[in-house]
Amino acid sequence: MSRLLAWVLALVFVWIVNNQIHHFIDPYILSIVIFAGINIIFATSLNLISGFTGQFSMGHAGFMAIGAYVSALLSTSFFASFPQLFFVVIFLSGCIAAVFGYIVALPSLRLRGDYLAIVTLGFGEIIRVIILNINSLGGARGMTDIPPLSSFGWVYTGVVAALFMLWRLTRSSQGRAFLAVREDEIAASSMGVPTTHVKLQAFVIGAFLAGVAGSLFAHYLSYLNPQTFDLNKSFEAIIMVVLGGMGSISGSVIAAVFLTVIRELLRPLQDMIGIDLRMILYSLLLILVMILRPKGLLGTKEWIDFVPRWPKKVLRQRRPLHEG
Amino acid sequence: MSLFFQESVALKVEKLTMQFGWFKALTDVSLSIKKNNIFGLIGPNGAGKTTLFNLLTGVYQPTSGSVEAFGKTLLGLKPHEITRRFVARTFQNIRLFKELSVLDNVLISLDHSSTSKYRGILSSMMQFKSYRKTERLHRDRANHLLEIFNLHHRRHRRACDLPYGDQRKLEIVRALATGAKLLLLDEPAAGLNIKETQELMCMVQLIRDQFDLTILLIEHDMKLVMGVCERIAVLDYGCHIAEGTPLEIQKNERVIEAYLGKGAHA
Repeated sequence: MSRLLAWVLALVFVWIVNNQIHHFIDPYILSIVIFAGINIIFATSLNLISGFTGQFSMGHAGFMAIGAYVSALLSTSFFASFPQLFFVVIFLSGCIAAVFGYIVALPSLRLRGDYLAIVTLGFGEIIRVIILNINSLGGARGMTDIPPLSSFGWVYTGVVAALFMLWRLTRSSQGRAFLAVREDEIAASSMGVPTTHVKLQAFVIGAFLAGVAGSLFAHYLSYLNPQTFDLNKSFEAIIMVVLGGMGSISGSVIAAVFLTVIRELLRPLQDMIGIDLRMILYSLLLILVMILRPKGLLGTKEWIDFVPRWPKKVLRQRRPLHEG
Repeated sequence: MSLFFQESVALKVEKLTMQFGWFKALTDVSLSIKKNNIFGLIGPNGAGKTTLFNLLTGVYQPTSGSVEAFGKTLLGLKPHEITRRFVARTFQNIRLFKELSVLDNVLISLDHSSTSKYRGILSSMMQFKSYRKTERLHRDRANHLLEIFNLHHRRHRRACDLPYGDQRKLEIVRALATGAKLLLLDEPAAGLNIKETQELMCMVQLIRDQFDLTILLIEHDMKLVMGVCERIAVLDYGCHIAEGTPLEIQKNERVIEAYLGKGAHA
C-alpha cells in the first residue's frame, strides 16, 4: 500500500515539475537539459552494447532514427488524437527499434571487432539512406509537424527508467553474462554462457533504448531530418561512451551531460572571435581526456564506488570489484 | 556386465580425427576414461593434446570420430551446450575474466551451470523473490567453493590482480562451479613452483573425492602426472601411442622413443 502511495506521489511530483519548470528555468537552458537527457539514454544504451558486452557498434544512430521516425509516424497517424498515450508511442517505437536490433545482430554477431564495426556502420547508413528515399517520411526535406510531446517530465522519466533498467541489469546475473562475453568470449562459452544469445540480448535492449531516445528526440524538436542520424550521431554516442568509460553507466551519464553542455558553452566564444573554434576545442578536449584518462573518466567504476565507505552498506546490494 | 561397464565410463572417444587443411593434428585417437579416475594425457609439444581438448569442448568439430560423455554424444554441440552435459575445462594460457572480481568469475559459471534455473532479462531487472533467492544460493555456493581452494579472502579482488598460482586455482574453481562431473585440466601446473604444484596435486585429488569427479589432465610436469594419475595416455604426432598405469608408461619403449628419440635408453 505504501508502495502504491509512493508511486502516486512520484507521479504527481513529476507532473507538477513538468508543468511548472518553465517558470523557473530559461527555455534555452531547459532545451539543453532536455537534450542532455536524450543523450543520456542514447549513450547509456550504446554502453550496454559496447562497454558491457564489448561489441563495437558504429551504427547506433540507425536505431535512434528508427525510433524517431516510427514514433513520429505513430503520433501523427494512429495516436494523433491521443497525446496522453505518448508513452505507448515511445514504447512501441522502442520495440520496433529492438526488432531491427535483432535483425541486424543475428547475422552480424558471427563477426568480431572491426568486422562487426563495419557491418553496423553499414547498417546505420542503410537506414539513413532508406529514410532519405521514402517520400511519405519527408525524404530529404525532413518530416515536419510532429506534435511536441516530449516535455521535461517525459524525457527525465525516460532517463530514470532507462538508468534503473540498465543499473539493475548490469549488476545482475544477466550483467555478469554481458561482462563475461566482453572479457573473454571463448572462456565465457566454455563456462556455459550462451554467447550469441547474450550478445543478441545486449543488442536488442540497446536498440530498444536508442529507439526510446529517438522518439523523445523527435517529439521534442517536432522536426526530423535523416541527416541528423548520420555517422556523426553514431560517433557522438561512441565518444560519450568512451569518454565516460566503457562499462560505466555513471560515466556515460556524466559524459553525455558534459558533452551536451560544453558544446553550448563554447557557443558564445564563436560570437566573440568570429571563428568557429567550437569543434576545435571540443576535439582538443577529447584528445586531452583520452591522454590523461585513457580508460575514460570513470573507467569501469560507477558513482557508487566513489561514495565513502559507511553509506555504501545502505546503498548497495553488492560490493564493487575494485576493493581489497 | 556390459551395461555396468557402459555406465562406469565417463568419457569415451572413438577414432577421433582432426584435420586442419593438409595437416592431421589427430589420427584415430581412442580413449576411454572410467568414472572417478584421474587420467593423464601426455606427449611432446605439438602432439595434439590441446587439440583433443578443443574437440572435446566443442571449440572445433572433428573431421571424423565420436565423443561421448556420460553416454551422450558431444558432437555438434556448442561449447556452452557441452558445459550443460557436465563437461568443463580450464585453459593452458589462463583465460579468466580478468577485469571481474574473483567472486564474479565463479558466479558466472554458477549462473549457467547445468543445475541452475534460467534467469532472464526481466527477472534480472525486476529482481523478483525467486531471483534473489537463487542469487543468494549461488553466492553461498561460490563462497564455499572459494573457501575450499583458499581463495575466499581474496574474493573481491580483480582476477588479474591475483598471484599466478591463485589464477590457476581460480580457473579450476570456475570450471568446477559449472557443475561439471568431468573436468578437463589443460596444464594446470604450468608456471607453478614445486610447492604450488604439490598443493595443486593434493587439491586435484581432494576435489575428485569430494565432488565425485572424473579428471582428464594434460601436463608436462612428469612428477605431477606420475604422482596423481591412475592411468596415462600418450600422444605423439597426433597418434595415441601408449596407455597404461604410470609405471607401465615409464617403461614403455615407444614413449621413451617419442620423448628422447630412437636409441635412447632411460
